[in-house]
Amino acid sequence: MSHEGMSRRSLLKTGLAGLASTALPLGALAPARAADEVVLGAVYVGPRDDFGWNQAHAVAMEILKKVPNVKVIEEENVPETDAVAKSMESMINLDGANLILATSFGYYKPFVTDLAAKYPDVQFRHAAPLWNKDTDPSNAGSYFCYLNQAHYVDGVAAGLSSATGKIGFVAAKPIPTVLSNINSVLLGARSVNPNATVQVIFTGDWSLPVREAEAANALVDAGCDVLTCHVDGPKVVIETAESRGVKSCGHNASQAPLAPKGFITGAEYKWETIYKMYADMLAKGEALPNVVVGGYDNDMVQNTPFGAGATPEAIKAAEAAIAGLKEKKPIYVGPLKDNTGKVVIDKTYDNYDPYLDGMDYLLDGVIGSIT
Amino acid sequence: MAAIDTIPPRPFRPSARLLGAIEKVAIPLGALIASAILFSCFLLLLGKSPADFFQLVWRGGFGTSFSFQNTLQRSAPLILTGLAFAIPAQIGLTMIGAEGALVLGGFAAAAIAIPLVSSGMPVALTLLLMAIFAILAGAGWNAIAGWLRHARGVNETISTLLLTYIAIAIMNFFVEGPLRDPASQNKPSTMPIGKDYMVGSIPGTDVHWGLVAGVVLAVLLYFLMARTTFGFAARVTGGNPRAALAQGLPVGKLIVSCSAIAGGAAGLAGFYEVAAIHGQANASLVAGYGFTGILVSFVARHNPLVIVPVAIMFGAIEASGGLIQRRMDMPDATALVLQGIIFVVLLASETLHGRFAIFKPSSEVDRT
Repeated sequence: MSHEGMSRRSLLKTGLAGLASTALPLGALAPARAADEVVLGAVYVGPRDDFGWNQAHAVAMEILKKVPNVKVIEEENVPETDAVAKSMESMINLDGANLILATSFGYYKPFVTDLAAKYPDVQFRHAAPLWNKDTDPSNAGSYFCYLNQAHYVDGVAAGLSSATGKIGFVAAKPIPTVLSNINSVLLGARSVNPNATVQVIFTGDWSLPVREAEAANALVDAGCDVLTCHVDGPKVVIETAESRGVKSCGHNASQAPLAPKGFITGAEYKWETIYKMYADMLAKGEALPNVVVGGYDNDMVQNTPFGAGATPEAIKAAEAAIAGLKEKKPIYVGPLKDNTGKVVIDKTYDNYDPYLDGMDYLLDGVIGSIT
Repeated sequence: MAAIDTIPPRPFRPSARLLGAIEKVAIPLGALIASAILFSCFLLLLGKSPADFFQLVWRGGFGTSFSFQNTLQRSAPLILTGLAFAIPAQIGLTMIGAEGALVLGGFAAAAIAIPLVSSGMPVALTLLLMAIFAILAGAGWNAIAGWLRHARGVNETISTLLLTYIAIAIMNFFVEGPLRDPASQNKPSTMPIGKDYMVGSIPGTDVHWGLVAGVVLAVLLYFLMARTTFGFAARVTGGNPRAALAQGLPVGKLIVSCSAIAGGAAGLAGFYEVAAIHGQANASLVAGYGFTGILVSFVARHNPLVIVPVAIMFGAIEASGGLIQRRMDMPDATALVLQGIIFVVLLASETLHGRFAIFKPSSEVDRT
């Protein structure tokens, strides 16, 4: 009995000694910022390896980590509540962050705007075209890539890779950026196949994997032979398409590895163009611009390299479309009707025209409803 | 006189009540320490330093004035949602629908604010009405599950969970449809109530008044459950509903009332999310506070007073989660692992109550 007690005690002692020895290296607690160093705090709403929105940002952030005087600190899975305000404030107060990149839409109001007013020496940049020079603090700003241009290319490639001309689109919410992506896929497909249609199913939220799978299956059952999507993590839709034997186009980041047989191409953000620009300016000590937006014409979006699902003529047409977009060729060539017959686009609009940012309709040729 | 010298000195014998109180504190405290040791082993397996970890938790949760306010701010909704689980638990119900009641309460507050703000109603009156509507919405919603339990025998755990999804769907329907602010293009929301109508912070801090509301409500509910006939009847029902019925206690009314109190507490949390943080109702209300509250209540053994420090502890873990991600390069789930270990160890330690001779009055020890 006593022997057992002894061994247990000595075990405990060893354990405590082990714990104590780890107390010595306190590297993680070292002070955060050296002089004229940029400490960049990045906040993500989901995991950094979601095959989607957050991964697109995290991959680009790796480029900033290589800049000598920039130190990147990152936090993932930060909800769009006061938790994000506290996370950003914690980066400023405890890590000495002087540049914050808030990468989720709902972070902006009231959190980024309030904190920018509270910490005038810290720069805040938010990934959506929301900054208003009249009402918002001057140390805040926006950056955004117009992904609908890459979705237009998706549409071109899908239109020529599809046998039925029916493209299925799994969408999260009927809000302008999503609607613009759906309409751009349609216009791309119609540019090469005037009879092409896009059938859309809204799941209702950004990340509902089960409903996304149901929607993807329903679209295949309805005869669609190419699927694409606008949800936070396109993994489920792409994998469902592959397992059902239909082709797919990606969204946000590269999903090519998920569909070796049917992947055509995908719309990808190139946040690294913006982040690289920020890094260069920071290295030179320049002030960051308040607003940076762009698309193909300034290398801020791209298409995933073509996969096995893309036919040769699709690749050719898609490459021509990319060349056109680089020349700022407009996507929305009016007049265009919505799918209830109303003229919603009266004339041809430039790809960055603010009128398009308020889109609340599905164009004629899209099967589905936003209400 | 000499006789007194011969009487042996009386050994110190703490009362049964004191020993019981010590036991109630010592066992959970021991469980917390055991969890910390278990979690340290987990960290060592990953090649991370437990000492760094706990120092960062301290620094991120309490170490600076900013950190402590961060902790308190995060614990405010957890106190209220913890209470929302604890009160039904005392009457023997496992109601996990605080999330739904919170969302519906927050939505009700934002919805009623639209006509009040546009008609220029005074700020105090507007906030009062918003709070009342939030409490009523949460209470009414949760009372449905209580009534179903009593009248139809529907399992309240399942019904509250399902009602949560319905509550979120109701909010989404209105926020994306009839009550949508047209300016909220890419994130559908109700009309903002505006800065003038927001609940401010506790003076000298960044912490909103929801914290004070939570503490006050915790004290009130403690007295309700521990010191009133209502609370006594509820606890008797929790112990044995059949016996309570046989005694002529109004079991149905008690169940519905406790459900309503719980929903009201969660609804009040929703009110503060809208009136102190977001200024409008939108999908950000669905943040999981209702579910973390379940954990808080279990750790506090459903005691309303203990919920306050436990919620603060969970607030500190969440407040320091970001710092740990950033400094130790560990995934966000680390804080969840710690919360999970604490939860399991504390539940396991429940069975230790009454097992230690040291916590028994000595007369009882003699007898055994």
